[in-house]
Amino acid sequence: MDNLVFLILGMAVVTYVPRLAPFLLLGNKEVPKKVDAFLKCIPAAAIGALIIPGVFNAIPDAPVAVLCGMAFTVAVGLWKGGIIIPVLGSVMVTYLVLLLG
Amino acid sequence: MKTLVVAQIVRFSFKKYGFKIMMDAKKKALKAGVPIFIGYFPAAIAFGILAKGCGITLLECFLFSAVVFAGASQFIALNLLVSGVGALGIILATLLVNFRHFLMSAYLSRRMGAIAKKYQFLMAFGVTDEVFSVLSFTPGHLSKTFVFTLQLSAYSGWVSGTIAGYVLGGFLPQVLTKSMGVALYALLLAILLPEIKKSFKIFALTVASGVLNVVLIKMDIFPNGWTIIVCILVIASLGAFFVEDDLKKGING
Repeated sequence: MDNLVFLILGMAVVTYVPRLAPFLLLGNKEVPKKVDAFLKCIPAAAIGALIIPGVFNAIPDAPVAVLCGMAFTVAVGLWKGGIIIPVLGSVMVTYLVLLLG
Repeated sequence: MKTLVVAQIVRFSFKKYGFKIMMDAKKKALKAGVPIFIGYFPAAIAFGILAKGCGITLLECFLFSAVVFAGASQFIALNLLVSGVGALGIILATLLVNFRHFLMSAYLSRRMGAIAKKYQFLMAFGVTDEVFSVLSFTPGHLSKTFVFTLQLSAYSGWVSGTIAGYVLGGFLPQVLTKSMGVALYALLLAILLPEIKKSFKIFALTVASGVLNVVLIKMDIFPNGWTIIVCILVIASLGAFFVEDDLKKGING
């Protein structure tokens, strides 16, 4: 128990500090234009690497079911947008494919 | 008398108007926050179930989500824990995996300026992949109400889902809980898709980053989690040099 609480607190610290440091370091200071442009490109770059290739391993033994779920998300997301239906729908589609497969 | 009435009207309309602005921010935030809650909930259920399977107590499981609040690294920690890796090893892995948030916070602190400075200690705690993604693709000014409502939705979804998974997980069909593993990816995709529709350059940067990540993982020269950081550094640098102007329009409205 003690060991696990130590682990959790340690994880919390090393997660929180990198999240906080840029606020302390950058704040309202002016940054060069190129740096600003770099920071603005972070979202697209981050999301790309967060999704690929992790998504193919979301359920290690059932990549086909995952792909079906994601296909649903992409189809509905591009067609109608929104988040709730693409997310819950992808879970349901994955579930159905797993059941049938 | 007349002046008094005018003063009253001015005061009243100011109050009403100010109130309306606050309500709009809250409404806008809830509209963004509810889907995040719903996206986090099943993923957190999966974590709660896995944690119970690893033999840790409900309190410890709750602490994981409530104090660390970092999806992927919590799953990795459980994996390492059952593989017999010690606390220091797991903490180091967590640092590596979560260091990407450094770059995300750098983006947000630039984007939000004075507000971020004022509430930095609380705001920094809630910088997760998904919260960051929604904030970065929200055009225009980011208000304090909007950011905190969004972060609170994410946090409550994550923590309540964790407890639900731990307590009720046994009653759910196993195939269903397995399916919940796709929820976080679906959430990220759903946030990204409208932006891709608007801007080909965002699409190109996203795909380039994903492809680079695949290559880096195959090369196997970086520790777990650092390939994502290298991807962000490389692709965002390329983006800054080649597609600067279009992206500014695309992302920041």
